[in-house]
Amino acid sequence: MITDTSRARRTRAAGLSAGAVATVLLVSACGGTGGGSGATPKDFSYLSVTENTTVKSALTTLSKDTCKPADDALPLKVETVPQASLDQKLQLLAGQDALPVQFAAGNAPALTQQLATSGKVADLEAKLKELGVLDQLEPAAVSTIKALYGGKLEVLPYEYNIEGIFYNEKVFAENGLKVPGTWDELVAAAAKLESEGVQPFSASGQQGWPLTRLISGYLYRSLGPDALQKVADGKAKLTDPEYVKAAEEVAALGKKGYFGKGVGSIDYDTAMNEFLAGKAAMFYMGSWALANISDAEQNKVGAENIGFMPFPAVTGGKGSADQYPSNVGLGITLSAKSFDKKTGDWVSCIAKNYGSTALKDHGSISGFKVNTEVKDANEVTTQVRDTISSSKENVLWFEALFGTKATTVSQTNAASLAGGSMSPEQFMQTVQDALAAQ
Amino acid sequence: MHRVLGDRRAIALLLGPALLVYSLIMLVPMVWSLGYSFTQGNTIEGFTGNGLANFSRLLDDPAVHDALWFTLKYAAVVTTGQVVAGYLLALLYVFFLKRASALIRTLVFFPVVLPTVAVGLLFQKLFQVAPQTGPVNSLLNAVGIESVDFFGSAGSAFWVLIGMDIWRSMGFYAVLLFAGLVDIPDEVLESARLDGATGLRLVRHIVLPLSLPVLMSSLIFSINGTLKVFDSIVALTNGGPGTGTTPLTLYMFQTSFTYSDYGYGSTIALLLTVVCLLVSLVVYRVSRRDLTEG
Repeated sequence: MITDTSRARRTRAAGLSAGAVATVLLVSACGGTGGGSGATPKDFSYLSVTENTTVKSALTTLSKDTCKPADDALPLKVETVPQASLDQKLQLLAGQDALPVQFAAGNAPALTQQLATSGKVADLEAKLKELGVLDQLEPAAVSTIKALYGGKLEVLPYEYNIEGIFYNEKVFAENGLKVPGTWDELVAAAAKLESEGVQPFSASGQQGWPLTRLISGYLYRSLGPDALQKVADGKAKLTDPEYVKAAEEVAALGKKGYFGKGVGSIDYDTAMNEFLAGKAAMFYMGSWALANISDAEQNKVGAENIGFMPFPAVTGGKGSADQYPSNVGLGITLSAKSFDKKTGDWVSCIAKNYGSTALKDHGSISGFKVNTEVKDANEVTTQVRDTISSSKENVLWFEALFGTKATTVSQTNAASLAGGSMSPEQFMQTVQDALAAQ
Repeated sequence: MHRVLGDRRAIALLLGPALLVYSLIMLVPMVWSLGYSFTQGNTIEGFTGNGLANFSRLLDDPAVHDALWFTLKYAAVVTTGQVVAGYLLALLYVFFLKRASALIRTLVFFPVVLPTVAVGLLFQKLFQVAPQTGPVNSLLNAVGIESVDFFGSAGSAFWVLIGMDIWRSMGFYAVLLFAGLVDIPDEVLESARLDGATGLRLVRHIVLPLSLPVLMSSLIFSINGTLKVFDSIVALTNGGPGTGTTPLTLYMFQTSFTYSDYGYGSTIALLLTVVCLLVSLVVYRVSRRDLTEG
């Protein structure tokens, strides 16, 4: 009897301790914190997307060069994820309070604003003022950021882009084409190119946005610069006939085969390569593409043969061709939690030097001042820089004021619109429904 | 031994750790997720209760209807394909190839071992139209047919997906069903043959009824797998074109993690769980009845 009781007691104790050990193991496994998330970061961790190589390599150059002292104190550590997984990664990191020191703040400004509202993003205006480097940001870039992020400086202008159509001057000349000034002339030029066996446009349907940008381009030209603000404010709907018209125009380009075969399977790099290999005559893209255009390895056509034109005007429309769509690329911001003195040193070094480094090494235009004069790599870069400095009024892009869901819905359905498996009405209805649901 | 297993404390000790781990990593998240379906929000903004709003939204959401219909259609076609192709292969192994089947079995099983993403990329290249014309389109061109953009419309993308998933998994079901077929006693088959049953009649009246239990297990196995399909679709079409090949799982994933609406995502997850449960129950019921009658 006595033995039995003591055995039972031992058993119970063993059971309890086994349970306790299991619980402790599980709790400790769940409670881990990510790297670089502490109040005093160990490195200048930077999370970005795989597709964007410019910021990453320009920062790496700075870390070995002008910003070496800051890098010695807080070494730069770059991590990248595919752009399509960025939002999920941020959600998870933010949920665990493990955001890196510096990170790409989401594919849509809506997510950045969510992060900012919950106090995860540093108040950059105050921080930069404190560091005395706020004047290192171009005023145009600051105003674009504020237009996108509800009046706040929530991201750094690592890029300052305007968008338009890059075209192959050589192909245009061979076919006796002039730079189209209106949408009708653009369509006529495309028809001429197609009949000569040249693919008129190169566009990534897999990304979707290069196609929806054409819709917003048409909308801004036909309805004026407030076309999409009205949709955001609920004063107009994408299903209104004048809005559907824009989708019809883009669908018509697709129907005539102007984007080439299987536009939905073309990814960003392939679209870029098609244009730079001379297989397509026109390419709607932002000025960030200058980095690729200036790279002789990638650009088989030669930078001297590439020109830049604004999105053409729509005859009788309320907008004009000198209102360029502008953006600051993928918004990159800093975590509020880990912004300490060492991070501050990095940020002020970036603010003072990034502009020149990015322009010199990558031909990429940023919203930071260029403090060391850089000679432009080629004519098209000069052309774009002049356009930026002379532009008076800017517009945004199709999904700029949409939430995450409407953005995804718009971009994933764009290829179906261009491929003809979705009608323009259906497309605008689907996006409008997603807007209404958010 | 009997004394040990008769002791409740011993049972608790033996089961305890496993049950604890199972509860913590399976049951707790399930209940947790159920709780989320009554809320709105995400990990950044925090969660607020919103009663039954997610459920009424579930009923009205056309995207859910499309995704549910796609899931059921996909599950029905792929399950049928997997089990039928697997069964035919198993019959081939047992009655035709007999002892020489080892090599064929290995070859047919091979795709099962390949990572899904690799198979997805392989099929993407096989059926692609741009930037390079893929082998399938080259073949079509060779016989004078224009290239087809297989991933450009939901209809053709669906059939590529079906083809890929059946090819990828039939080897597995073939081996599973093969195990069931070799279990049929030779004497039974022999006596049936003596009674004059050959070919199709032998399969129809002897082999099929005797392999029904393993066939039913394959069916339950397969239908639950196909209802929860995720990786192969993400790898091949990522739900596209548009939402043309988006199953419930992918829509749930996007809702929760891309649109950061965890509450509604959990509600979709609940719908998926209920669908799986119902389908399993139906298959289980049907199989039990058949067995008692057979």
